[in-house]
Amino acid sequence: MSYFIDRRPNARNKSAVNRQRFLQRYRSHIKRAVEESVNRRSITDMERGERVSIPTKDISEPSFQHGPGGRRTVVNPGNKEFAEGDRLRRPGGGGGGGSGDGQASGQGEGMDEFVFSLSREEFLDFVFDGLELPHLERKQLQVLEETRPVRAGISKEGVPARINIVRSMREAQARRIGMRAPLKRALREAQEALVAEERKDPVLRNPARIEELKSEIARLEKRIGSIPFLDTYDLRYNHLTHQPMPSNQAVMFCIMDVSGSMTQAHKDIGKRFFLLLYLFLERNYEKVELVFVRHHTVAKEVDEEEFFYSRETGGTIVSSALTLVDEIIEARYAPEQWNLYVAQASDGDNWDDDSSSCLELLDESLMHKLQYFTYVEITPHAHQALWEAYDTVRAAYPERFAMQQIVQAEDIYPVFRELFRQRAQG
Amino acid sequence: MTQRKPIATGSDWTFQTLEAYEHAIAELAKEYRLETYPNQIEVITSEQMMDAYASVGMPVGYHHWSFGKQFLSVEQAYRRGQMGLAYELVINSDPCIAYLMEENSLMMQVLVIAHACYGHNSFFKGNYLFRTWTDASAIVDYLVFARKYIAQCEERHGVEAVEQLLDACHALQNYGVDRYKRPSSISAEEEVRRQEEREAYLQTQVNRLWSTIPVPVSELAQSPLHDHENDPLGLHRHGRYPSEPQENLLYFLEKNAPLLEPWQREIVRIVRKLAQYFYPQRQTQVMNEGWATFWHYTLMNRMYDDGLIDEGTMLEFLQSHTSVVAQPGYDSPYFSGINPYALGFAMFSDIKRICQSPTSEDREWFPDVAGSDWLETLHFAMQNFKDESFIQQFLSPNVIRNLKLFSLVDDDRDDSLQIEAIHDDRGYRRIRDALSVQYALSAREPNIQVWEADIRGDRSLTLRHVQDRRRPLGQSLFPVMRYLHQLWGFPIKLESMEGGEIVRRYQWPIPEPARESA
Repeated sequence: MSYFIDRRPNARNKSAVNRQRFLQRYRSHIKRAVEESVNRRSITDMERGERVSIPTKDISEPSFQHGPGGRRTVVNPGNKEFAEGDRLRRPGGGGGGGSGDGQASGQGEGMDEFVFSLSREEFLDFVFDGLELPHLERKQLQVLEETRPVRAGISKEGVPARINIVRSMREAQARRIGMRAPLKRALREAQEALVAEERKDPVLRNPARIEELKSEIARLEKRIGSIPFLDTYDLRYNHLTHQPMPSNQAVMFCIMDVSGSMTQAHKDIGKRFFLLLYLFLERNYEKVELVFVRHHTVAKEVDEEEFFYSRETGGTIVSSALTLVDEIIEARYAPEQWNLYVAQASDGDNWDDDSSSCLELLDESLMHKLQYFTYVEITPHAHQALWEAYDTVRAAYPERFAMQQIVQAEDIYPVFRELFRQRAQG
Repeated sequence: MTQRKPIATGSDWTFQTLEAYEHAIAELAKEYRLETYPNQIEVITSEQMMDAYASVGMPVGYHHWSFGKQFLSVEQAYRRGQMGLAYELVINSDPCIAYLMEENSLMMQVLVIAHACYGHNSFFKGNYLFRTWTDASAIVDYLVFARKYIAQCEERHGVEAVEQLLDACHALQNYGVDRYKRPSSISAEEEVRRQEEREAYLQTQVNRLWSTIPVPVSELAQSPLHDHENDPLGLHRHGRYPSEPQENLLYFLEKNAPLLEPWQREIVRIVRKLAQYFYPQRQTQVMNEGWATFWHYTLMNRMYDDGLIDEGTMLEFLQSHTSVVAQPGYDSPYFSGINPYALGFAMFSDIKRICQSPTSEDREWFPDVAGSDWLETLHFAMQNFKDESFIQQFLSPNVIRNLKLFSLVDDDRDDSLQIEAIHDDRGYRRIRDALSVQYALSAREPNIQVWEADIRGDRSLTLRHVQDRRRPLGQSLFPVMRYLHQLWGFPIKLESMEGGEIVRRYQWPIPEPARESA
């Protein structure tokens, strides 16, 4: 007897738990491999997983096994030239001519690598492991303006639309039982007394007593009848409170200098930095919007393509970009609703007198709205006025302003980690 | 036999065609007296097949990182195209569960049905090892029980604690079987019913063993250790514990490890029971695959003869079958040991040949078999042997010649390797002996037994390893001893014996002075 079952629609990931257990157990190995690969490969590749290899000996499952040595007899197939009694040189020292069965034990162990693939998600988890968005929580509490109503128990007051019928009826029933109980007890006693009285010998009956009891019964029945089925103070209403809702969306402003001094190499480095930040934000927020602002002497909001690839020449006025960002925030992204991040990349050039206005702009307006401002300066040279000005801002907002210098592409990832590493609490 | 129309042609399959073929194969199987459990044939995707692989074919398994490791390596190999996925996967259960991959062509599906659902299935049902050691009707329930129990332990005691314990048990799982004692069958209902009872009972047993209250003198056996001079109170005259060496390390630990909690004992038991379930499979690889391959070959040919499959399908089948039973020579780049499919298929086919058209050589070597009813003899061979004895009994000179087997001696006292025997008159018997030993579990795994638990002294546990032809233990010894130490809770000693003498001692934890010199 046989039957067929189509299991194809069943869940696929039966091994997901075991896979996670494995990744968890070899966390440190995998992390090391991931870090190496991040440094090696271009950030534009971040969208795919990674092959990771771990030395086999680190993850072997030991069991009692025969070691090399002693006397062994091995039967192999495919004899061509051997005759009984032939002697052969031992191949390559130790070991011996490939053992037939599954004893891979002592031979060449430790040379092997256990290789497997991480999915993109797992890969990014490891990339961003130990990183944290600075002061995410604190800022979220600040962004409490937006609320939504949530059920919060039952109240005695409310509008008819929110009557909780079940609870109201329950109250009413309790009240009815409570109010009727003494009356019913009295009624029962009166009825029993009446019956007892009527059963007495006609000579001994007290007509006045009977009359009295009858009127008492009538009175009690009337009182019981008059207890209302539903009274106003039985009513219960669903209570709603307004609970603040943390905003779960972010905007990332990418600001880049596109003046003549920024070469394509500079821009590529900047792009990688932006990309890392974007991936990172994406993991922390439900929704992340990108705004690209490029500038030379004037700033302009552009799309991604233009941002990275079109070339401009001319001087540099950084404050123009900051002003534009401020305007965009005013117009489209209310700080109560959005978590605002700014990432700026530049080679550090700025017109001399502009740096101070940048400082002013940041200090007076922008920094109050922003979650975090990161500035990377891509230059091997000494710092200029802009760095000095930003340094002052950093001193004023040490928790929300970060800046680092990048010389070449390999520096990006370490710098990024530095900017977002988990800070000790308190 | 009248020529019939092929049930289907081409490479696409449907459930209707599969059912029709299954039906046809079942009819033929009856003719060949293949007795099977009912078949539960499941069609799955390749991803599901990888899942099934990773859990070593258990349809439900408990969670452990090593299965994740298995999954990752299968996935990697498959993605890179180094490995085709399972030819088939079949589970020794009642009903017998077999997996078909949806990507397979019609021919492959039919082949797998013949191979797994009638070949392996009848082997599971007929072979004495499986009949003795496994209970096909209970295994799935037991796996469910084990998975639930371990999940509960994880909730109660933490994933890490359970994982540590499982690591330690897995290291010893090849030493969780009583080879010479008939096991009690495993039944899930029974397990659940008795589990709590056992927990309490076990604990009292262990407590008694370790209790310091003396046993009444009347129960004490007089032993030569008893020495009135040094031990006037007779504290040491109990003799060795255990009085006989114990081969089942996990069983011994489950019952005797002093410090294990009841739930930990239960997990040791689960690993032991599952090891027992897989014990027959490890000893019948050649026979099992050979039997299944022989039958898919026979059944497919028969269906072709009956006209149930067309020439195209048959050609595709032959191509696939040929690569399955290919045996590359020892010097080929594709060589990875003896192919159990090839050896098993060659042996079963040769038994049939000896029955049907024996040569004078066959009559000399197999007087009982030559000329007997082939089906009868084949069933007898399948039912009553394991790889070791099957080879000893049935490996014919003809098969040795065809595979050009030769045996090679690797002795560390000799600076060269020596060819001990080749496929000639002088060599057949020696090759047969050597190959038989090669498949003997007792020679594949070091012989290690519990020798003494020092329950009145430092509570150390002493194991004895009886060396087989001076072969020492491998590097993995110390990690395993560490796990043993975790389970036992007190020092572990291991003595390697050669010819009745101790040749090497190992200890864990490593004693302080030794560690410095090491």
